Amino acid sequence: MAAAITADHLTIRFGSFTAVNDVSFAVPQGEIFGFLGPNGSGKTTLIKALCGLLVPSSGSGTILGMDIRRDAAEIKRRVGYMSQKFGLYEDLTVGENIAFYAGVYGIRGVKAEQRKREVLELTGIERYLDRRASQLSGGWKQRLALACAIIHSPEVVFLDEPTAGIDPVARRALWDLFFRLSGEGVTFFVTTHYMDEAERCGRVGYIYLSNLVALGTVAELQRLPEANPPGTSRVQIAAANAPALLEPLRHMPGVREATVFGQYIHALVETARLPELQAALPGVPIETIKPSLEDVFVTLTYRIMEAAP
Amino acid sequence: MKQLFRGLVPVCHKEALHIVRDPGTLFFALLIPMLQLFLFGFAVDTNIRQVATVVLDGSHTQESRELVQRFEASDVFAVRGVVLSTDALYDAIRSGKARVGVRIPPDYARSLQNGDTATVLVLVDGSDSTVAAQAVSTATGVALRESLAQVLPDGQMPVDVRPSVLYNPATRSANFFVPGLVGILLQVMTILMIALSVVRERERGTLEQLTMTPVTPLGLMLGKMIPYGVLAFGELCAILAVMRWVFLVPIHGNVFVLLALSLPFLLTVLGIGLVISAKARTQAEAFQLAMGTILPSVFLSGYIFLIDNMPPFFQVISRLIPATYYIRILRGLILRGAGFADLWRDATVLTVMGCAAILLAARLFVKQGAR
Repeated sequence: MAAAITADHLTIRFGSFTAVNDVSFAVPQGEIFGFLGPNGSGKTTLIKALCGLLVPSSGSGTILGMDIRRDAAEIKRRVGYMSQKFGLYEDLTVGENIAFYAGVYGIRGVKAEQRKREVLELTGIERYLDRRASQLSGGWKQRLALACAIIHSPEVVFLDEPTAGIDPVARRALWDLFFRLSGEGVTFFVTTHYMDEAERCGRVGYIYLSNLVALGTVAELQRLPEANPPGTSRVQIAAANAPALLEPLRHMPGVREATVFGQYIHALVETARLPELQAALPGVPIETIKPSLEDVFVTLTYRIMEAAP
Repeated sequence: MKQLFRGLVPVCHKEALHIVRDPGTLFFALLIPMLQLFLFGFAVDTNIRQVATVVLDGSHTQESRELVQRFEASDVFAVRGVVLSTDALYDAIRSGKARVGVRIPPDYARSLQNGDTATVLVLVDGSDSTVAAQAVSTATGVALRESLAQVLPDGQMPVDVRPSVLYNPATRSANFFVPGLVGILLQVMTILMIALSVVRERERGTLEQLTMTPVTPLGLMLGKMIPYGVLAFGELCAILAVMRWVFLVPIHGNVFVLLALSLPFLLTVLGIGLVISAKARTQAEAFQLAMGTILPSVFLSGYIFLIDNMPPFFQVISRLIPATYYIRILRGLILRGAGFADLWRDATVLTVMGCAAILLAARLFVKQGAR
């Protein structure tokens, strides 16, 4: 299948600061591509470049086969964008917000009415049609924002932290909508800080200090050699009082990382020292596990931080 | 062409909805200039009348009393008291009880009768330069007439100057100040409204959303200029009505020409508002920048001080200020009955300024999209 979004050695500099450094990837049509990374690592900058809003310093990119430098105007017409700020007019009603964005995308008359009905039906927000956006709850605002972002039937949708600060039920409902649209062939590029959301994505990219440091399916990332350094094992320690054990554990020989997951501690331990660890924690069950996505990213981040001069 | 202004109609419609949805803001935006017009229009009177004066009459004669009466008759001086010593005369001025002191020497009447020169001392408080200048010239005039009356007993003046003040025969201050005030108030209100409307969008993140849509900077800007322009135009009509029927400033020229020539100025101030909105991150910042345009427009536009009297550097500055041209249009048309043929140059300058401001704002918006 043709790639809906591609980036080829894309680099964006602001003066001497490099916001995005030599990033390459391709997102096939209909995929939900998750993009993760700490704040300020270059996620929003990359989205703006892909939407044709800023010109890359070097490298190239395409959206639906269109060049991001040359075809910026056409790209804007065919992609949707939704940010964590939603971009809604609080003093306008749900219907007026949708009508405004329909107008902005040049959809008029019968076509506008038809699309309006479709997005209302899809997002289920019809019952609030005459309510002002300011009176909607966070979850409904988000659905309205999505309705506005897809009013022009975009083939590619960029979602910049679409679920920040929203309750889990609303979050799941929104993801169901993403899946439904992706089933219809819409490609999604989603940035998020939530690991559970990242795990829903077909493939995930992780950007750190302007560099794309990991790219692949969740399973691929979990098997990454960098995330599972040779001679180490990732273990789950079922200690009775996990939080209390965390600090002492971090100082034990051979323990590289340790963090609490509910009642367990997840640790990255040098395999050779596992017996030693078991001896230090008599009777505590220790089992080898696959790294979670968070483990992968944390390990990768540490490796880069250590490698930095 | 259509591509260049993409999004104009929906933005315009949405902006009109914002205005209608927030009647409170609308009310104050329209009411405050009106209130200010009333306040400043009534307060400002630059004609110098009834300046507090004290007199030290050392002569106490028929002649000296006549002289004091002549001072009073000018309407510039109002005798508020009589003092008995020169020190008391100075005291009265220093303490602010009087701005002018007149000392008539003991030998005043005698000197006149002998045909000698009688010296009358007039002390003027120079801390208000306008009052001082008026007092000096009136006092000199009084002395001159008095001298002539002595020399020419039959009262026949060899030269009689008959000044005829055209266009504002009563030299009413309101006629001079209120038309200028119309321009200043219109400017403040318009710049503020449009700048705040854009910065509000920036604060709420809707501007970022719009940059991701096919809306062009020109489409966005004109979409905002039209509703706020209509609003400002309505306010202009209301202010002019108050000027005409409350302050009784007659409009000597054609009202429709005035309204038409106001459009270039509206274009300019809307453009300035947009430039401000492109620069300001927050509404508070936009407000400060908008307020910053007031002082130059008041002091360097000829609204208060004559441009001809300014140092060359400031004359150049005044030519860069849009209010300079609009005030010229307002005064020319309202007071002198000037028409399009006399004022088209000013209107052209404003149109050029307005287009320049809009293009500058568009550039700034395009640059920022890239942030």
